Amino acid sequence: MDTVLLQVFVYLAAAVVAVPVATRLGLGSVLGYLVAGAIVGPYALNLVGDASQVGHIAEFGVVILLFLIGLEVRPALLWQLRTVIGGFGAGQLAATGLAIAAAAIGFGLPWRAALVAGFVLAMSSTAIVLQMLDEKGLRQRAVGRSAFGVLLFQDLAVIPLLALLPLAAVGDTAIVQAPTGFLAGQAPWVKVVASMAAVAGLVIGGRYALRPLLRIVAATRLRELFTLSALLLVVAVALLMELVGLSPALGAFLAGVLLAESEYRRELETDIEPFRGLLLGIFFVTVGAGLNFGLIVQQPVNLGGLVLGLMALKAIVLLVIGRGFRLTWREAGMLGVALSQGGEFAFVLLSLAAGIGALPAELAALLTAVVALSMAATPVAVAVYERLTRTRAKAKPEADGNYDAGTPDVLIAGYGRFGQVVARILKANGHPTSVLENSVEQIELVRRFGGNAFYGDAGRVDLLRAAGAETARVLIVAVDDREKATEIVELARQEFPKIRILARAFDRRHAYELLERGAHVVERELFEGGLAMASNALEALGWRAYRAERASRLFRRHDLRLFDELRAVWSDEATYASAVRESSPRMDDLLRADVARLQPQAADTGWDTETRYREMRTEPGNAEKEKI
Amino acid sequence: MADGEAVETVTPKARGLIVFAHPALERARVAPAMLKAAAALPNFPVRDLYDLYPDMTIDVLAEQVALAVSDFIVLQFPLYWYSVPALMKEWLDLVWVPGWAYGRGGTVLKGKTLACAFSAGGAGGAYGPAGANRFTITELMRPWEQTAALCGMRWVPPFVIHGAGDLDDATLGAEAFRYRRWLDVEALSSVQAER
Repeated sequence: MDTVLLQVFVYLAAAVVAVPVATRLGLGSVLGYLVAGAIVGPYALNLVGDASQVGHIAEFGVVILLFLIGLEVRPALLWQLRTVIGGFGAGQLAATGLAIAAAAIGFGLPWRAALVAGFVLAMSSTAIVLQMLDEKGLRQRAVGRSAFGVLLFQDLAVIPLLALLPLAAVGDTAIVQAPTGFLAGQAPWVKVVASMAAVAGLVIGGRYALRPLLRIVAATRLRELFTLSALLLVVAVALLMELVGLSPALGAFLAGVLLAESEYRRELETDIEPFRGLLLGIFFVTVGAGLNFGLIVQQPVNLGGLVLGLMALKAIVLLVIGRGFRLTWREAGMLGVALSQGGEFAFVLLSLAAGIGALPAELAALLTAVVALSMAATPVAVAVYERLTRTRAKAKPEADGNYDAGTPDVLIAGYGRFGQVVARILKANGHPTSVLENSVEQIELVRRFGGNAFYGDAGRVDLLRAAGAETARVLIVAVDDREKATEIVELARQEFPKIRILARAFDRRHAYELLERGAHVVERELFEGGLAMASNALEALGWRAYRAERASRLFRRHDLRLFDELRAVWSDEATYASAVRESSPRMDDLLRADVARLQPQAADTGWDTETRYREMRTEPGNAEKEKI
Repeated sequence: MADGEAVETVTPKARGLIVFAHPALERARVAPAMLKAAAALPNFPVRDLYDLYPDMTIDVLAEQVALAVSDFIVLQFPLYWYSVPALMKEWLDLVWVPGWAYGRGGTVLKGKTLACAFSAGGAGGAYGPAGANRFTITELMRPWEQTAALCGMRWVPPFVIHGAGDLDDATLGAEAFRYRRWLDVEALSSVQAER
């Protein structure tokens, strides 16, 4: 029997049992995965044997995570978070790393090893923290923003750390940084050139080749093909980086950044997301499985002390820095506790460090256990912290900050002739607007004129959500497809009850249908254009512009009134027809009365002085009452 | 029915109407306070012209109906160039037409009461022979006074909030309350006058 399949089966089964229990207890899914792994792992039930094969696949979850983080890192966002990343992130890494190193020297470690341990342990777990903050809905708050900045800086710092690690190795033995790949036997400069070429190739390819390729794929309109290509892209980049001895996670991150500005960002995000969740889950399970219970049994006090010490130290450093960056005590504390664990990169760095002799092997094993345990302890610590602070600072709403500036007020589905006009007016008036368009050709076209839209099918709830439907105030359905528009309106009304839905209607019947399905406002697509054309026609017939315009506006008002009146009966063909027949003459009379006022010969009208003069001429003796 | 308590219930509630015009209400401070104070009076519906007719196309019939069923008509507006905003003038030109408001057969408004309510930027002293505006408010309102006269309406001197530019919150609150009192009192007397 295939052992990989068996392993996967055991892992999945354990996760399915453990995760619901953990979330039920309010500890978050991460702890569930870790516990599941620990139970089936070699040090407990030993159901999986050698975990390395599955482990390799699962590590790919981290790569995907970095790709998704890269997708979120638009230059604009980087700029917006520059103080958080530069100050907060750098400060955290430096202070924590040095503090841990100092403690390690205190424990009698040589300074090089102490530094390695310090910076490796200063990393926090992006996967755990982001998932946790998402589950608690804190991502957009001050805490989430700071955490994201710190984690992003750490993820970026992994790359130089990986490069610097060999320097910390004891002795002068030439250490080969990347023992795998076809470059294994080459001279160091070849490797440097090769890796630089690979990064350059990635950047250039990402800028110029990736978008056209995705365009071709998207044009096939096969959703699974798009997902497949997205996955292929991440795998290919990871492979390329591994080949030249760089971190696959770094490559994926870079690829993500390169696509962050592209119109495919939302679609990529949504398509890749499930893989991230799945693989990260398995990754956590394998981490759990790697927990050496033997070690825990042998030196429980030692290990417990180290875990607590590590978490306390990291939390305190962040608390201090957080206060320095104007977080409240409560927020800074939350940030500290949330980021107090070791990160998944610690596993990678520790095994590498042990491999090249930068750290003693048994110390690396001990620290691996410490990191894993601290990961497992984080959800518990956060839950305890929340319970402790809840009683003290009750119901005091956290300041939302100005992070919302980037979230759109308005969502527009469809960027054709209709949607473009709407989007341009809204944007010109300072309302951040997010546009979704399903046709690649259309996106290309509007891009040429400086417009911008995301590729994606607005009929998908997940895409609408990714585009900001949870927070946007208005959704404009401007698609050029009758059925599709109805579908989107109905879906949006169900999924986002708070958003106000404005829909483009094909004709009168479609407009009624949209209103029934939940649209708040409808606009018949050709109605206003027809009115304007009528006004032009009257002008061409020699009317003065203002009179022509008024004739058209009066008609507009009457038609809208008729529209409202017939709304109740539209669904029944027979009633509708008879209602139209009944009300039409009455409405027409009203219209005729209004239009009559426009006639040059009309009496009893505004702006009419002639009639009054005539009247006064026939009323002798009224001269003194004259009105101008 | 002899004692004073009963009189209150017998006197019919005056049907007030505020016709309001402000092209940039979002920039205003005094007008919203006045509207808010007026909102406490259920017998004073507000017709916000710029909100009803963003395309400047007045629905003449609807406006005439609203006027016909009211006893006390208040025009509320910011004073622009000693007069009303454009849409209110348009409203007057189209709705108050001969044969309806005045002239032969034009008796619909007869006996009703007309008044203006507005805020003015300058202090009270600015309106008068010695002030920058040279004429008193009463003089500047003559066109409206005459409009009322031509339609056979009773004219009530305007309600004015002076120095609208630099009112502090407390004063503005007091002025808004004064507006509400004024509406209430004048409405009552307009009913008595009509009877």
